Amino acid sequence: MKKLIILFIYLFISPSNALIEVDITRGNLNPLPIAVSPLYNDPSSETIKDGDQIIKNIGEEISKIIEINLKRSGLFNPLKKESFVQKPDIAHIKPRFEDWKLIKAQALVTGKTTISGDKLRTEFRLWDVVAAKEIVALAFSTTPDNWRRVAHIISDKIYERLTGEAGYFDTRIIYVSETGPKTQRYKKLAIMDQDGENVKYLTLGNELVLTPRFSPTNQLVTYLSYFRNLPRVYLLDIETGIQEAVGDFPGMTFAPRFSPDGKKIIMSFAKDGNSDIYTMDLDSRVVEKITDHTSIDTSPSYSPDGKFICFNSDRSGLQQIYVMRSDGSNVKRITFGKGLYGTPVWSPRGDLIAFTKVFKGKFYIGVMRADGSGERLLTENFYQEAPSWSPNGRVLIFYRETKTDSEGKGFSAKLWSIDLTGYNERLIETETDGSDPSWSSLLSK
Amino acid sequence: MTKSVFVSVFFHITMIILTAISLPFMKRQPLDLPPILSVDLIQITDTTSIPFAAKAAKTLEKLKKKEEEKRIVSEQAPPTEKKKEKPDRIPLPEDLDKDKKKLIEKKQNPEEIKDEIRQASEFEKKELFDPNQIAALIDKSKEETVETLKKNQKLTQSSVKTSFVSGLTLSEEDALKAQIFGCWSLPLGLPYQENLLVRIKLRLKPDGTVLRSEILDHARMNKPGQSFYKVLAESALRAVRICQPLRVPPTGYERWKDLQLNFDANEMLKG
Repeated sequence: MKKLIILFIYLFISPSNALIEVDITRGNLNPLPIAVSPLYNDPSSETIKDGDQIIKNIGEEISKIIEINLKRSGLFNPLKKESFVQKPDIAHIKPRFEDWKLIKAQALVTGKTTISGDKLRTEFRLWDVVAAKEIVALAFSTTPDNWRRVAHIISDKIYERLTGEAGYFDTRIIYVSETGPKTQRYKKLAIMDQDGENVKYLTLGNELVLTPRFSPTNQLVTYLSYFRNLPRVYLLDIETGIQEAVGDFPGMTFAPRFSPDGKKIIMSFAKDGNSDIYTMDLDSRVVEKITDHTSIDTSPSYSPDGKFICFNSDRSGLQQIYVMRSDGSNVKRITFGKGLYGTPVWSPRGDLIAFTKVFKGKFYIGVMRADGSGERLLTENFYQEAPSWSPNGRVLIFYRETKTDSEGKGFSAKLWSIDLTGYNERLIETETDGSDPSWSSLLSK
Repeated sequence: MTKSVFVSVFFHITMIILTAISLPFMKRQPLDLPPILSVDLIQITDTTSIPFAAKAAKTLEKLKKKEEEKRIVSEQAPPTEKKKEKPDRIPLPEDLDKDKKKLIEKKQNPEEIKDEIRQASEFEKKELFDPNQIAALIDKSKEETVETLKKNQKLTQSSVKTSFVSGLTLSEEDALKAQIFGCWSLPLGLPYQENLLVRIKLRLKPDGTVLRSEILDHARMNKPGQSFYKVLAESALRAVRICQPLRVPPTGYERWKDLQLNFDANEMLKG
């Protein structure tokens, strides 16, 4: 009886003493307001040359690149510099957080650059304005001509600290540069920073080149070249410029890609109207046949752990995406939707596969889970294909062609990027037209 | 004849009397309406949150005492008193200076040490990662994962919970939620397959400003592969700081001075 009384009284009392809990299940998805204060230039610093241009205010130039990078990611809203109250020299030492709160900044980037002799030293600090504390402080020393990379590395550090995932700004993109009319295109291999700067051409344009892909170390590139009208897979060392054909196949090899450990190249080999998937070990040059089917199997791509391969095949009658073990066993079809599916690429995170879909004359870039479920189409257009993942698995780069008019004019091919939300679609400015882009991994790991 | 006349008269008189008696009952009575009562609309919690009746409190205390007297308590022997050891080295002048500085600071601004600043320093202390206690961290993290999982399962129930249990009326809770929704900028790079629940315990001042804040699953920040959790927790703390003073009820401070906010990003990111 006593126990019952206690229980009764306790039940009666407990609600009033319980800790009040409130569930917050919504927030705003607005980009984070961030103030990127121009980096303060040490007065004793020398000016630097970037090509023919002389850069006087290197700190401001670095901050501009950081700002552009963060804005392009779609996750940040860099605030206008005109609204900044505090000057860079003082802000770098100790920001007056009230001034930055006033303009609604939630994060602040400050820094200082010093150039002496052949060394550029860049310090940067990231501040949490609301908590009034420093959250990152780093310094980089390098040669002055590397100043753009410094800006990209700082952008990555900011991105990583404020989003919780690795950045993708200190990366490069290899693509096929295109010039000339549609009927007579000159195609060259080109390499550039992810923001379209620092373009370098790797081939002369004498032969057709297609589908360049980076090795995991970013030092090698594998691509398809029609050298002497023989379509073959080649390997190019970016630093030395040395290139060689991958294997001596009695037919056409195409759609090459590196394995995640960089030791093998996986590609398609076509003979007598049939194409299958092969791998070649780069050390031993041993070739292994992975698929053996009468249909066209192509566009292979490894999963990041190297255990699985996705590829497209028309073995069911229409071109669809399949997944198999890396030894070729256990082949499973994963796409069953309407339309044709092609160019599958496994995300570096391993959770998603990006693809091109053709349905009712339109081209879509989309993503799906590795088992084929959860298909999401991110962008639709007249003609677009060949998605390639950013190293953090958040953004896709692809190319899009425009229609020619009745006179055959107006044709262009441009590189575009889109993030996984499908809302942040952006054109990547290139000197010439471009196609078949491939994203490198992070240069500074 | 006369007899029959008498009988007739008798019956007629009887009828007249009966009619005279019964007629008032035929009259319609007015509707018996209840009297109008004036009712004051008050919030449920004002009455339900009364800790408990005075009598009940006394009974409870008595019962508790009796129960405690009966209970066998196992006690550990108190630690042996140690003599104060002499300092093993003579303090350096720098150390003395540090102590002096601290004293000076205290003297100059005894009241300027804000609670929030003190809180930030507490976080810093907690963030210190001790590699010798990795095992402890792992074990703890397991418990916490289970706890968090349980919490997640409960979330759907708690969202349906009534104001009676939460201690805030629905309107009060809604006002608070709406305020924080506007302040919370969700980091968009979060991995949506992960558990994205951050629980923050707050001690509030009567005006709704934050006196103390504590992340309940703090150890998770240091776990490998969970760097996103630190970012998420910081965003939640930022939201609280931006929002303050929080929209709390004007009365019943004792009721809501301790508040737990459960920031759950999963619902938003998964859609």
